[in-house]
Amino acid sequence: MKNIYKLLLAATVLSMGGCKKDSEFLNVEPTSIITTDLAFSNPANVLSVLGDLYNRQVDFSTVKDWYSMADFSESFPSENGRAFLVQRNGWGYGEWGTWDYGYIRQLNLFLERLEISTSLTAPDKAKFKAEGRFLRANYYFEMTKRLGGVPLILTPLSYDFSGKTDDLQYARSKESEMYDFVIREAEEIKGDLPTDGKANATDAARATKGAAMAMQARAALYAGSIAKYGASTPQVSLPGGEVGIPANMAVAYYTKALAAAKEIISGTVGNYGLYQKKADLADNFSSIFIDKGNNPEAIFIEDFKLKSGKVHYFTGWNQPRYGAEEEEGGRINPSLNFVESFEKLDNSFAPIPITDGSGNPIYYSSQVDPFAGRDARLAGTVMLPGTSFKGRPVDIWNGYLLADGSVFSGDDRGQQKVLPGTTGLRQVVGFDGPINAKEFTAQSGFYLRKYLDPAIGSGSRGTNSELPFIRYRYAEVLLNAAEAAFELGMSADAAGYMNQVRARAGLTTPLTPGEITFDRIVHERRAELAFEGHVLFDHKRWRIAHQVWDGNKMSPAELVTNIGKATKRNTQPYALWAYKYFNPGNANDGKWVYRIVLPSLVTGANNFQFGNYYSAIGDDIRANNPKIVRQPNQ
Amino acid sequence: MRIKFQFIGMLALMISAASCKKDNFDAPTSSLKGKLVYQGEAINVEHDRVPFELYQYGFGKVGAIVQTFAQDGTYSSLLFNGTFKLIVPNGQGPFKWKQTAAGAPDSVTINMNGSQVLDLEVTPYYLIRTPQITAAGGKVMSNFKIEKIVTDATAKDIENVTLYVNKTQFVSGADNIANTGIGGGAITDLNNVILSATIPNIVPTQNFVFARIGLKIAGVEDRIFSPVVKLTF
Repeated sequence: MKNIYKLLLAATVLSMGGCKKDSEFLNVEPTSIITTDLAFSNPANVLSVLGDLYNRQVDFSTVKDWYSMADFSESFPSENGRAFLVQRNGWGYGEWGTWDYGYIRQLNLFLERLEISTSLTAPDKAKFKAEGRFLRANYYFEMTKRLGGVPLILTPLSYDFSGKTDDLQYARSKESEMYDFVIREAEEIKGDLPTDGKANATDAARATKGAAMAMQARAALYAGSIAKYGASTPQVSLPGGEVGIPANMAVAYYTKALAAAKEIISGTVGNYGLYQKKADLADNFSSIFIDKGNNPEAIFIEDFKLKSGKVHYFTGWNQPRYGAEEEEGGRINPSLNFVESFEKLDNSFAPIPITDGSGNPIYYSSQVDPFAGRDARLAGTVMLPGTSFKGRPVDIWNGYLLADGSVFSGDDRGQQKVLPGTTGLRQVVGFDGPINAKEFTAQSGFYLRKYLDPAIGSGSRGTNSELPFIRYRYAEVLLNAAEAAFELGMSADAAGYMNQVRARAGLTTPLTPGEITFDRIVHERRAELAFEGHVLFDHKRWRIAHQVWDGNKMSPAELVTNIGKATKRNTQPYALWAYKYFNPGNANDGKWVYRIVLPSLVTGANNFQFGNYYSAIGDDIRANNPKIVRQPNQ
Repeated sequence: MRIKFQFIGMLALMISAASCKKDNFDAPTSSLKGKLVYQGEAINVEHDRVPFELYQYGFGKVGAIVQTFAQDGTYSSLLFNGTFKLIVPNGQGPFKWKQTAAGAPDSVTINMNGSQVLDLEVTPYYLIRTPQITAAGGKVMSNFKIEKIVTDATAKDIENVTLYVNKTQFVSGADNIANTGIGGGAITDLNNVILSATIPNIVPTQNFVFARIGLKIAGVEDRIFSPVVKLTF
C-alpha cells in the first residue's frame, strides 16, 4: 500500500516536470556566447568588441617582436637562435607579408552590425563607427605598405554554398587607390573622432582626430614618394597599377601630406608637441618612450598594462645582461654602422674617432668619451659602453690590449686570468661581453636603450613591462611635413620643421634651407625613428633599399666613409669593441682604446632584391583567386 | 595486476596487420636535368639566386615547384612522370626569357616519361668572352672581352664589371674575400678589359683560390658570370 503512494508521488512530480513546453525546455540561451543583439546593446559591450579589434592591429618591428627590429644591419641579433639574420644573404619574397582578411571581415561585420543596432545613441554610434573605420583603414595601410594594391573589401561577404565562388573573387586595387582610400577615410571619420586633450595617458591608445590625421599624413607621404622615386625603378611596377604609382601624382600626394601634417602641427586636432621635460637631452629622448603620463608626443599608441595580461617582455629581452633582473637580455646590439651615423653637434658626419691622423690608437680616459659631442639621440637610443641602466653601469669591454698590440681576452663573461708579466687573477673581459658568438652579450659593443623600461620588475619574467609602443608620434609628423615640404620645393619650411626635431636632440645650429637634401631627410628619419618600424618601409618607398642592402660585403674602410649618404651600403652589422690598455709605467696604462670588428657570426650580406619591394602573395591565395596578379620580379 | 599476455600478443598482431597497408608513394625517380644556354654556351649565374618554376596542372590548386640554378647554370629535378610547364619568372636572371604577348613569361612544356636532359635557351644581355684568369705574386689577374648580345631597343648598359676571388668554390658578390670592380662608363675597350685583385691572407692557409668575373647590367638584378676557375699559387 505504501508503495502506491510513493509511485503516485513520483508520477506527479514527473508529470509536473513535463508541463514545460518542449520549446521552452530545449531552447536555452547559451551562456558562453554573447549574441549580436546583446553585444550591440550598450556602449560598454560595443567597446569590448572594439577592444578585440584594436588588439588585432598589425605592426612591424614592435616591442612585442624584438627580432624584426634587430634586422637590416642596424643591429646585431645577440641570440644564437636568431643569428641567421646576419648569416643569410637577404630575405625571402614572402617576408613581412600580411593577409588577414578574417580581420577585415570582422571589422566589416562590426561596422554593419553597428549600423543596424538600435539601442545606441547617435553620438556613440558615430564615434564607434569612426573607430572601426580607422582600424580598417590603418590595417589596409599596413597591407599596402607590404603588398601594394590588395582587394579592397568594404562589406562583409558571404558564401551561398552554391559551389561557385566567382562573385567572391576580387581583383587587386591599384596601389594609388589604396592610398586614396586611407586618405579619404581619414578625412571622413575625422569629425566623429574625439580630440586628444592629453587629459588621460590612455587617450592615445584609441583613435582620435590626431591619429586619423597622422595616418593620413603618413599615407599621403608614402604615396607621394612611391610616385616620385618609383620612376627610378620602373621594373618594380605592374601594368595594372597594383604596384607602382604614376609619377605625375606625386605633387598632389605631397601637398596632401603637408596639409595633414600642418593640421596636427597647428594644434587644431589635439594638444601635441615635442616631449621636452628633462634637462639631459639623451634622457629626454629615451623618456619619450617611457613617460606614460601626459606625453605630448604620443598620437596613437598600443598600450600595455601591468597585471592585466597585456604586457610585454621587451626589457627582459634586451636589458644589459649583467646583474639584470633575469639572467638574460642583451639581444638587440645596435651596430657601429648605425652608431656612427649620428651627427656631431656641428651638423657634420664623422666616424667614431678611434685613431689619430697617423693611424695610432686614441687613448680615452673614460669609456664613453669617443661618443661625446654627438646628437643626443645616440645616447638616447643606444646604451653606450660606460653608461648605466637602472643605476648599474654596463660592463662592456672585450679585453686588455697589451703593449705589443695583441689582445688578451677571455671567452666567458667576466672571466679572470693572469695577465702576462703579472701575478694574481684579474678580470679580462666585461660581464656584458662583447664575446664573439656568446649570446646575450653586447656583441656589437652596444646595447639598445630605446624602449628599455627603468621600472623595477620590467626585466623579470613574472612582471614584464607596460611601456607603450608608439605608432604615430609628433616628431614623425614634423619629419613628414619636412619631407613633403622639401619635395614640393619649399626648403625653408622643411628646414623649419626639421630644425625643431633637431634642436630637441641638441643640434642647435639650425640647418639652412639650402642644406636640406634628400640625404638629410633620409638621415633624420633614421636617427629619430630608429627601431620604430620605419627603416624598412622608408627604404622601400624611396626605392633605395636595393642600393643600401645590395648583397655585397662591406669593408671596414667602406664603413667609415660616406657617412650620412642615403644610399650608403649597409649590408653587414659591424662592431666597435673597447679594450683596456695594459702597459704598466706608460702614461696610457689603464686607458681605453677601440677597434672596429666584424663579429664572427656575420657571414652573410643583406641583399634586397627587386622582388622584395612587395611581399609575395602566397600561391594558395592566388590559386583560390586567379584574379590576384603576382608581384613583380618574383 | 596480472598481465594478460594474450592481450599483448593480440595488440602486436593488430599493429602488424595495420602496417601491412601500403601507406606511402614511391619517391619520384625521373630526373630532369639541363643548363641555361645561349647558342650552346652555358650561362653562369650566382649560386641559389636565379629561380625557375615547374608547374604541373590537373591536381586542383596550382602552385609552383621553385628551384634555383647552380653557379654554372645547371639545374636538376627529380619529378614524377607527367606533363610540366617550366618558366623563369619575370625579372629574374641576367638574360631575357621568352615572353608571351601579354608580358607573362612563356612556358616550356616538358613531358616527363623517364629521365631527360633539357637545355634552356635564353638570350643574355652580355657575355664575358675568353676570360683568362691567373694568379701570381699574391694577385689574381684577369683579362677578358665583353660581348653585347642584346642590341635592340631593350638593350641595357653595363653598370659595372667585378672580379671576385673567394676561398671556396662559391664566388659572387655575397661570397668573396676580395673583389675589384670597374664602372661601366670607365671601360674604354670592351674587347680588352683587365682587372686584378690582391689575395688577402687566408686563415687557415690554403694555396689556391677560386675566381670569376661578374658583370652587372644596369636595371637587372642578377649578374652574369664567367665560369669559376680554381687558381693554385
